[in-house]
Amino acid sequence: MEYYLSLFVRAIFIENMALVFFLGMCTFIAISKKIETSLGLGIAVIVVQTITVPVNNLIYQFLLADGALAWAGFPEVDLSFLGYLSYIGVIAAMVQILEMFLDKYVPALYNSLGVFLPLITVNCAILGGSLFMVNRSYNFSESVVYGVGSGVGWAIAIVVLAGIREKMKYSDVPEGLRGLGITFITVGLMSLGFMSFGGISL
Amino acid sequence: MSNVKEILFGPIFNNNPIGLQMLGICSALAVTTKMSVAIVMCIALTLVTAFSNLFISMIRNRIPSSIRIIVQMTIIASLVIVVDQVLGAVAYDISKQLTVFVGLIITNCIVMGRAEAFAMQNPPGLSFLDGVGNGLGYSVVLMSVAAIRELFGSGSMFGIEILPLVTQGGWYTPMGMMLLPPSAFFIIGLLIWALRVWRKEQVEAPEFKIGPHTAMSHS
Repeated sequence: MEYYLSLFVRAIFIENMALVFFLGMCTFIAISKKIETSLGLGIAVIVVQTITVPVNNLIYQFLLADGALAWAGFPEVDLSFLGYLSYIGVIAAMVQILEMFLDKYVPALYNSLGVFLPLITVNCAILGGSLFMVNRSYNFSESVVYGVGSGVGWAIAIVVLAGIREKMKYSDVPEGLRGLGITFITVGLMSLGFMSFGGISL
Repeated sequence: MSNVKEILFGPIFNNNPIGLQMLGICSALAVTTKMSVAIVMCIALTLVTAFSNLFISMIRNRIPSSIRIIVQMTIIASLVIVVDQVLGAVAYDISKQLTVFVGLIITNCIVMGRAEAFAMQNPPGLSFLDGVGNGLGYSVVLMSVAAIRELFGSGSMFGIEILPLVTQGGWYTPMGMMLLPPSAFFIIGLLIWALRVWRKEQVEAPEFKIGPHTAMSHS
């Protein structure tokens, strides 16, 4: 149990998807002007990440890894080169299913997420989560914890950045630095702050 | 002819994918601690962008628009698999250092963005050049960030010592900060600033105008 807790905390703070691995930066910068929208996007990322990382883990373990097809009678087949294609397929399909499910059963959440839901397919944090999971050879339960943790970490980072940017729009920024430039500097300072979590170990 | 030149060289400074279009920032930062790793990433991305633009443009009139994203994704993912396998065979060490970031070219917004915005409307030849141009624009930013980080962080360029380090009897104390994630954000922010001081038309309009100080006139 302690091991999973430590993995969870590490995924949120120490190995923060956005601030340490620079994943999902495009949406991170583009959709962080308002707290409300960034919160909606953050929740969507948590949900999709929690589903896709474990599902991709199962696909990798039972279909793609070296010798994984032994149960079907092909012990020497190694399909791991098909990884990228399968993961992105799973992600696109999951996002589509989630979209239809929310549209039918939770229309309020569906409307508030709006255009961000399909955008999540091309968010590098989601694909990055699955690739890290394969790279570090997590087992199924570890992948569930890692999926939730990395999603939460990303969501925290984008909401905090949106909070800062809402205040910052009233400040007098030098002309060339306005918009994108100052946002990068802010994210750099946040990343510096998150580095102080580096020493934590549970 | 000038059209071709504009498409090929426009994205480098005038319409830089990272500096202005805000595309493909994700991987731009993570692989820039060493120039040798960054240049491999640049080559990989330029090739993928150019060829995905070429292939998507070739079949653009046959793709039903409702499933075009999936079709584009499949083409891009197949190209990335090819690049990844070639890298693993030819430059194994570097492909280990790039870890997941080669795979992340799939979701790199430059590739998707150019496929959607340019290749779907233009003939194959021009689309190919647009891909090369945007790949070069990305490479210019990536290589400048990598050059600054490697020079000041470990005193070398492409692994060749430029500033002799204190630990090896030289005079330069490396800035450890340059090798850590935050420095990448600072450098890219400052690069954008420099680019916009030089090209004034890229400056963003302010969200709020700060009004003149009016407190005195009321008294």
